[in-house]
Amino acid sequence: MRFDSLIDSVGRTPLVGLPRLSPSAEVRIWAKLEDRNPTGSIKDRPALWMIEQAEKDGLLTPGCTILEPTSGNTGISLAMSARLKGYHLICVMPENTSEERRQLLRMWGAEIISSPAAGGSNEAVRVAKGLAAEHPDWVMLYQYGNPANWRSHYESTGPEILADLPTVTHFVAGLGTTGTLMGVGRFLRERVPGVKIVAAEPRYGELVYGLRNVDEGFVPELYDESVLTTRYSVTSADALRRTRELLATEGIFAGISTGCALHAALGMARKAVEAGERADIVFVVADGGWKYLSTGAYEGTLGEAEDRLEGQLWA
Amino acid sequence: MAIEVRIPTILRNYTDGAKAVNATGATLEELIGDLEARHPGLRDRLVDAAGLRRFVNVYLNDEDVRFLGGLGTPVSDGDTVTVLPAVAGGAR
Repeated sequence: MRFDSLIDSVGRTPLVGLPRLSPSAEVRIWAKLEDRNPTGSIKDRPALWMIEQAEKDGLLTPGCTILEPTSGNTGISLAMSARLKGYHLICVMPENTSEERRQLLRMWGAEIISSPAAGGSNEAVRVAKGLAAEHPDWVMLYQYGNPANWRSHYESTGPEILADLPTVTHFVAGLGTTGTLMGVGRFLRERVPGVKIVAAEPRYGELVYGLRNVDEGFVPELYDESVLTTRYSVTSADALRRTRELLATEGIFAGISTGCALHAALGMARKAVEAGERADIVFVVADGGWKYLSTGAYEGTLGEAEDRLEGQLWA
Repeated sequence: MAIEVRIPTILRNYTDGAKAVNATGATLEELIGDLEARHPGLRDRLVDAAGLRRFVNVYLNDEDVRFLGGLGTPVSDGDTVTVLPAVAGGAR
């Protein structure tokens, strides 16, 4: 495959079958390998769409400063595009995110502002909104509320999946900004009668939820409950176990949020088997495991890995 | 008949610091009613006139009850109900 530049190579990722994890020939599980994007995560799609939309709208001109709350992957994708297109990038990141992500961001020339660990990404969003108000000349693309985020998946990820697997029955992805599920979900619902759209939400330890008042929660502006069929909360223990299972049985080295999505995908597979229905279940490998090596997720017993992850944002 | 209800840190002032408490009921609504009888004040933190509060998520055996039947979701012995504040999650 030949492309004019790195940015042009975003998307068109492989969809691979998981013959060992699939329960039967009638109930099959497929992995959409989004780690094969230029900076190694699914976020290359929304990052590119959001930047190009802001350029079309005249918001972004060369030399502009982009501000974004991000736990890492979106920031890394924006940093790559910003470098190639001549923008300055400032990322607001919770301090409890992995060191690899910080190094990568700095490498691509981004500036990092840390937000407190307690409160996780909610807090990063709050800090970024404050900074945006103080600096009206900065452009906040705001992945949680920018329609170009979900449109990137409606226009690229969704069509790729349907072209590769017209018999798709389920789509499973992690729930963060909700952009992947909203975009692919809307695309498939328009074309595949009865398709099930399933969200896998990471359930973190006490620290992330601990200090939030229930009235100060956060629901991304992009979230539309009616697109989803259902939504699972997946513990760190289950996400870790599935991440390792995926590596051990199918050879795929993925990040921990992938284990979260796989857990929900396997749950849907079990339901299909019990109901005697055929199923082609696609789940998203959002990124590879490289950026999480320092978390200790892949070493020692599951219990040890789980203890090390406590208080970290692993997705 | 008992159902385990996991309580987030922020609401444990209603449960004497307990991380999980038992309650009974045939539906989530009855369960929350029973919780209120045992831990007065808790109900208002979970529901308002419109149903479940916007920033409160309740999971029955890890599945979001908003997709099951809301407050009318049937619950039974051995189930686990988890209450969590809504936060931004996923790989961003």
